[in-house]
This record gives sequence, C-alpha cells and structure tokens, in this order.
Amino acid sequence: MASGVKPRVKVPKSASAGEAITIKTLISHPMESGQRKDGDGNPIPRSIINHFTCTFNGETVIDVKMEPAISTNPYFEFEATVPESGTFEFTWQDDDGSTYTESKEITVG
Amino acid sequence: MNLSRRDTLFLGAGAALAATLPMPAMADAVADAISAFTGGADVAEGGVDIDAPEIAENGNTVPIGVSAEGAESIMVLATGNPTPAVATFTFGPLAASQAGSTRIRLAKTQDVVAVAKMSDGSFKQASATVKVTIGGCGG
Amino acid sequence: MTKASKRASYIALIAASAFAVAANAGPDEDSLTINGETEIVTETAAPDHLSDAFDTIYSGWRFRTDETQALEMDDFDNPGMLTVDAAMEAYATVEGSAGESCQGCHEGVENFEGLTATMPKVDEETGKLVTMEDVINECRTERMGADAWKWSGNEMQGMVALIGLQSRGMPMNVAIDGPAAPFWEQGKEMYYTRYGQLELSCANCHEDNYGNMIRADHLSQGQTNGFPTYRLKQAKLISKHNRFRGCIRDTRAETFAEGSDEFRALELYVASRGNGLSVETPAVRQ
Repeated sequence: MASGVKPRVKVPKSASAGEAITIKTLISHPMESGQRKDGDGNPIPRSIINHFTCTFNGETVIDVKMEPAISTNPYFEFEATVPESGTFEFTWQDDDGSTYTESKEITVG
Repeated sequence: MNLSRRDTLFLGAGAALAATLPMPAMADAVADAISAFTGGADVAEGGVDIDAPEIAENGNTVPIGVSAEGAESIMVLATGNPTPAVATFTFGPLAASQAGSTRIRLAKTQDVVAVAKMSDGSFKQASATVKVTIGGCGG
Repeated sequence: MTKASKRASYIALIAASAFAVAANAGPDEDSLTINGETEIVTETAAPDHLSDAFDTIYSGWRFRTDETQALEMDDFDNPGMLTVDAAMEAYATVEGSAGESCQGCHEGVENFEGLTATMPKVDEETGKLVTMEDVINECRTERMGADAWKWSGNEMQGMVALIGLQSRGMPMNVAIDGPAAPFWEQGKEMYYTRYGQLELSCANCHEDNYGNMIRADHLSQGQTNGFPTYRLKQAKLISKHNRFRGCIRDTRAETFAEGSDEFRALELYVASRGNGLSVETPAVRQ
C-alpha cells in the first residue's frame, strides 16, 4: 500500500428523492506515472490508482478507469440521483493490489 | 549570423523533419485507442462537451470536464502525451448526468479528445486544444 | 570583444530580454472568498517601509489563471488540504520519549489563532529569529523527545500550514523594529543583492517586473502570505525556504540552505513586505 493514502469525499447529508446531487472525491496518492527517472537515471516504476467506483445501495453511479495521466492526488466530481435514503460506497484500486474505501450516508426525506 | 541559402534549406528540412517524424506514431496510438474503444465503428463529430482551460499554467494539474447526454461511457485521450490514454468514465443507472470532472497531466500543448459511446451503440467525439505553458521558474 | 566581455554582454542580453510585458499585465480584478465565508485581503496599501517601491501590495493569487485560482476557493477542491488533514492527525498523535502529543500541551489547534500572522519573530529568551518550523521542531525535540522533522517535508509543512490555517484571513503583521531590526536589515540587504550568473536580485523580478512575464511565468510580487503553498508543479505543499532556494538557483547561483540563518532573515523581510495581506495558507499556485 502506498503510504498515507487518505480519501476525502464530499456528499450532501440530505436530499429529496430523485434530486441530482454533486459528489466530489479527492484521495492522496503520488500517481507515479512510470515515465519519470530517478537521480541515477533509472526509471521509477509506475504506481497509480487505476480504478475508481461509486455505488449507492449497491447500484453503480460511476466507474472510472484511470491511467497515469491522472494528476497526483486524484480528484473526481460527478452527479448522482438518490431514490431513497442509503449509503454511498467509494472504492479506489491501487496498482499494488490495495483497495481504499470510504462510505457516506445520505437521508432522503 | 549570416545564413547561406543552403544552410537555411538544411535548417528548414531539419525542422520539418522534427515536426513531422513523431506524428504518425502519435496519431497511430490515438487511432488505436479510439478503435479499441469503438470496435472500429464510425464516430460522429460533436455531441460531446469538453470543459478545459485554453491555457494551463502548469501541465501537471489541468482541470477538465467531459459530458455527453445519453452516453454509456466517455473515453478521454491526451493526444500529445507519451501514452494518450487518460481515463474512461462509465455511467451507471444512478448517475444524474453523463458527466465527470477530474485533473489531468498534459506533457505539452496538445488536443484533448473525448469519445462517447451512446446508449444506442453509436459513437461521438470532440476535441479541445489546451496550451501548456512551461514556466520560467522551475522551482 | 574578449571572450569574457562577450559572455558578460550575452548574459546581460538574456537578463534584459527575459522580461516581457504580458497581454494581461498586472494583477487581475478578482476577489477571494474561501468556502463562501472567509474573506481574504489580496490587495491593500503597501506598508510604510515599502512606500518608495509600491503603493499597493497584492497576493500572488491575483496573478494566477482562473483555473488555478478556483483550486483555492473551496477547501475541498484544494489538494493542499490533504496534507493539512494528515497534520491534524499528527497533532493529536503521541510521539517521542516523553509520551506527549501537540494536543497534550496546546489543547485545540485553534489556540494558535493569530500566531502565524506574527511569524517569524525574535525569541525573547535566546534573541534568535525563529520561524514556525523552528518552533515546531523545538517542541518535538525538547518537549516530546521526538525526532526533528525535515524542513520541507510533508509532515513539517503540513503542520506549518495547519497552524497557519488558524490565522487564515487575519492580516500579516510581523515586527520589524526592536530586536527584529538587525535581522530585518540583513533580509533587506539580501532582497536587493544580485545573485548568480544572471545577476538577478529578488527585487529585479518581484518589485521591478511584477505583472510582466518571465518566459511563460506571470510574475507576482513574491509575497509569502500564502505559504506553505500547494504548488501544482511539485504537487505538494512547498515551504518558503524551498521557494527561496528555487528562485536563487534560477539565477544560476549557489543557494543558501533551507533552515539557514540567511533564509530566516530573508523570510522576515519578505513577510514584512506583505504586512496587511491576509494569511492565506494553504494557498494554491502554479
């Protein structure tokens, strides 16, 4: 696991049924591209988060396949529709096999 | 400096060579990525929005957004990067819009291309040029 | 022309042609409110000691593109806040042989409100000029029995930014008189000294040419009120001394070290040129 990886997610606490809400996510990760060389001229191996998903009560909102051209500390912003109260699950998959997760509750009233 | 006609021709040829040489390889990588995504289907121009700055102060972190109403997925390519793939957004049933924003790396001034796969199986694409400035102060 | 004089005139040519007037010369007209609530002063009257040089001082934020500016307008969008979040955890974490955390002595981090606006300052007991990095490392080594942090590392700059955040929006107000005066004079001397093969002083770019372009960079006044600042180029929080080092290196000079007395003095002088601008850390720059 890359050290100190920390997700941040911004989701409103409540919404009305069927409302479009904006979600923002940010995760600390160097996203080493595999294109750089170290001080001795040796290539630095690629180490990135390669996949991000957001689901709500088990159903997909968005799924992003990520390449080394995504910047350090990957950021995503997108919109979701929430039919009922429930839980957003966010997952980030690292090249090294680690998975980072975060979840957020939302109340639909 | 005085340049003879011969020198000028030589310089010009060199510059032209430098400008054109990498192009086929680059174009191939972009074309390959697109045909892998579309399965070789025709791609219509337009119908995809790209929100990108005209000038990026630093190519390391360039905010971009893509959207295409009715798309199943959108693939983003940076045509001037060492490898053009950037990201592919796939939208689920709970996506309120077929839109996503992120921050990307651009190695130099280039076109960003977005190709959308629509729910009827057709494809659309758009491109936007982003000028990447190389600062005077390396830091 | 001798070889040496040829080289000298070549360098002078580079220096003279390096600055170009931007199409959008000068700061822009935007105003900065963070999270829709914290108003930041990005333009104010220059402090008295600068009256010969400037009427008005501007935050570096005013020289950036709309896209870069936007990254600082909401803390969620600001990637520097990831490092500040990590520092908040470190603040509450017991470390070192004394079994102490920052929080154990200082309680809530909000107790640091106002401190950053007055830093660097002279320590009354030792008579030394101390920066926030010095204060943090003294706590770690003397009170916590923990290892000193590296000056420009993420742990240190995250903590400097976290403490600075408690003063965000407050006007910078470093003391330049009394015991600070000799340090301030030393820093001023450095600011106007031409360094390196390009023979450029801080003032050549940040006083004489702010608003103009140096190659593709839109020059600011070189204010430090936003430091530690998240720099897109390095994609991390950058210390004031790291930025000083980068600038001096770009003049093709041997630079001073981060954490050197020279850079402490320069930090005080440059901070005083921003007296009146809001503490803005963690800012976002190109």
